[in-house]
Amino acid sequence: MTRDARVKRGTLSVIGLGLAVALAASGCSSSTGASGSAGSPSPKVGGNLVVGITTDPDNLDPWKATQFQAVNILQTLYGTLTEFDKDLNVVPGLAESWTVSPDGRTVTMKLRHGVKFSDGTTFGSEDVKFSLDKIKDKATAAVSAASLASVTSVDATDPSTVTLHLSAPDAGLLANLAVINMAMLPSESTPQALKTTPDGTGPFTLKERKPNQSLTMARNDAYWGTKPSLDTIEFRIIPDETSIVSAMQSNNVQLAILNDPLVAKTAQSGSLKVTKTAQLSYHVLQLNARRPVLSDVNVRLAIQCAVDRQQVLDTAALGEGEVTGPITSPAYKSDPSARPCPTRDLTKAKEYLAKAGKSDGVTIKTIVSQGEYATSVAEAQNLKAQLAEAKITLDLEVLASDPYVNKWIAADFDAAVALNGGRPDPDGMYGRYFTSTGNLNKVAGYSSPDLDALFAQGKQSSDPNTRKGIYAKVSRNLEDNAAWIWLFTGYTYTVTSSKVTGFVPMSNGSVQYLRSTALS
Amino acid sequence: MSSTTWRRVARRILSMLGTLLGVAVLVFIMLRAIPGSQITAGLGTEAAALTPEQRAALEAYYGIDKPLVVQFFGWLGNVLTGNLGFSSSSQVSVATLTLSALPVTFELAVLSILLALVIGIPLGMLSASKPDSARDALGQVVGLAGLSVPSFLLATVLMSFLSAQLGFNPNGEAYATLLEDPVRNLRQMLLPSLVLGFGIAAPIMRTTRTALLDVRSQDFVRTARAKGVGARRLQVRHILGNALVPIVTMTGLQFGYLLGGAVVVEQIFSLPGIGRQVLLGIQAKEYAVVQSTVLIIALSFVLVNLATDLAYRIIDPRVRAE
Repeated sequence: MTRDARVKRGTLSVIGLGLAVALAASGCSSSTGASGSAGSPSPKVGGNLVVGITTDPDNLDPWKATQFQAVNILQTLYGTLTEFDKDLNVVPGLAESWTVSPDGRTVTMKLRHGVKFSDGTTFGSEDVKFSLDKIKDKATAAVSAASLASVTSVDATDPSTVTLHLSAPDAGLLANLAVINMAMLPSESTPQALKTTPDGTGPFTLKERKPNQSLTMARNDAYWGTKPSLDTIEFRIIPDETSIVSAMQSNNVQLAILNDPLVAKTAQSGSLKVTKTAQLSYHVLQLNARRPVLSDVNVRLAIQCAVDRQQVLDTAALGEGEVTGPITSPAYKSDPSARPCPTRDLTKAKEYLAKAGKSDGVTIKTIVSQGEYATSVAEAQNLKAQLAEAKITLDLEVLASDPYVNKWIAADFDAAVALNGGRPDPDGMYGRYFTSTGNLNKVAGYSSPDLDALFAQGKQSSDPNTRKGIYAKVSRNLEDNAAWIWLFTGYTYTVTSSKVTGFVPMSNGSVQYLRSTALS
Repeated sequence: MSSTTWRRVARRILSMLGTLLGVAVLVFIMLRAIPGSQITAGLGTEAAALTPEQRAALEAYYGIDKPLVVQFFGWLGNVLTGNLGFSSSSQVSVATLTLSALPVTFELAVLSILLALVIGIPLGMLSASKPDSARDALGQVVGLAGLSVPSFLLATVLMSFLSAQLGFNPNGEAYATLLEDPVRNLRQMLLPSLVLGFGIAAPIMRTTRTALLDVRSQDFVRTARAKGVGARRLQVRHILGNALVPIVTMTGLQFGYLLGGAVVVEQIFSLPGIGRQVLLGIQAKEYAVVQSTVLIIALSFVLVNLATDLAYRIIDPRVRAE
């Protein structure tokens, strides 16, 4: 239960991944980065790789898939206009280059030549127009429809050029186009057919699916990039992570990405290699500043000063992770010490409480999920113990997954212990929470004209360095107002057998480098 | 057959149908009582970001926009006409899923019961042969272990140890059915049926012991011994033969439970059986999958009970005479 629930939450980090490189700067990108691999000395061509996964994908329709593992599997089958490299920079995908008009409202994309769908038809601008129009169409119920909100229309200018017209500059769009929920589908395709017969431009094609058992992919010899080395990849469904490690020890499975630090530890012996990767998702104590008890910034700051984040990480998560500020994506990463109380300071906490006229203490109703992810209850208990020393009482309400999600969605809490998904682009990550018109602002419980202005600047700017400056301000603003109490990010553990070369784990959990993976 | 027998059979079938309908209604209500839907199951907290239009489109897509009564009778009507529903995540019908999952669980249940009988009955006979002795204590301890060691622990330890130390882990390979590859299939069934069989051997052992002690004190045993019946023949033919009814009852009951899917063991050993099918259905909130699969499990439970009752008639002439 726990693990699957965590997988479900992990989903969130994938839905809108994107490291926004400025539109104009990207206009002259070359195509080399897209298919780069970690580089292996002499990979043998061929071989059948078995990857252990814990759940069967919920949906093979790339526009509707939300579950983490489904999204990952689909990356082997489908292609997107832009892609991420291993550091989550936006690089060309099916669009080999693009230019942005000076006013930022027109994006012209040159498409790659000689790309074929797995059914043999040629990929062209009509397919791009079809796909983007369909994703925007409400009737499709595509998960990423909101990511195209700024796109007013799409023109297939000529067979290898598309033009996107925007209602306003949108620096996050290129990163939005890189997620698999924006996969390019052939223009005559129907969702019904795609559910059983995927038809994409990815490095592999679906060979066989056995429900609840396995999915097997075969190399796509018509793939436009560097041809994959593996003959087949079998995603074998082994529901229990301990059983996956057992299967790796007996060499039945050669690669798996695990969540449980304890299980990962058992894999460390013998010929297996374990790589830790910091995740984009973050553990946080969400505060609802619209509740009377937390509406005073001083109360929120008191909470921030009374928490030792490393202690939460050590007691609840075995120290497996890193203390974090708001933004977790590598290029925009917040400095975790840039906050009013970088280390725990109970005196300051008491001063803040006194300033708020609450020297006698406050009681905060806090929701905690049991089962949504493994460390939630332990985090809540540690926070409660720490805050009690500052006369702040966390009144914990421990809920099962679904009731928790329902309360979270309705913003029915003073505070919530949460594990939220992160995205490579900071606008995609927090714009929806902390702008007053954002669709999750109710849940965030905080907004201000200052933040609205900063987020608007971030969307407009096309220079990466300017954007970095803007989002550092956003981050600082969130911390100075103690909008939430950011705690830490966890790791994923990529376990590989000694025969596997060329696989590069990514902080968004993507397995796109299966295309460069080889077996020696 | 006499008319009373016919009436009895008719009554039996009616009560079976009643049980199944009850199970269907209960499962339907329980599933809806769990907060959340297929939408939140897939999206988690991201569902908060859906616009009302998107939500409506998704509800229509998953068929959960209709009133509950319509949903229930729509489903029941489909089941009665042989349509068990469709799994949108697997993109196949529930009937197809069940046809591949049920044999796995059935095979696992049969093997586990066989192992349990092979362990449980001799152990029970050993215990009963000299109550309160050292060998009785041994039997009781093994029985207690079987009852109290949780299957998930035994399964995990067994699997981790064998694969790490000996590299033996047939369940890490892709699952093969008995027809596809009998050798691999039986290797894959070995550990799970051992784990389950060990757990079930305990109640069977205890039932055997009690029943044997009970029968042994009866008059006909003394008479048989006085007639000069040999020790072995006395133990097996006379005592065990007469003690079979409670043992069969216990075995039937356990077999019925096993058909419900040994969820934990199937999960750990990656066996694509019926227990996992229900679990996955619940996790993904695929109502039709859970409802239909539980109905099938209930049906097999009822049928095993029926078979157990019929078995009494074969092993005990007194039941036949009634």
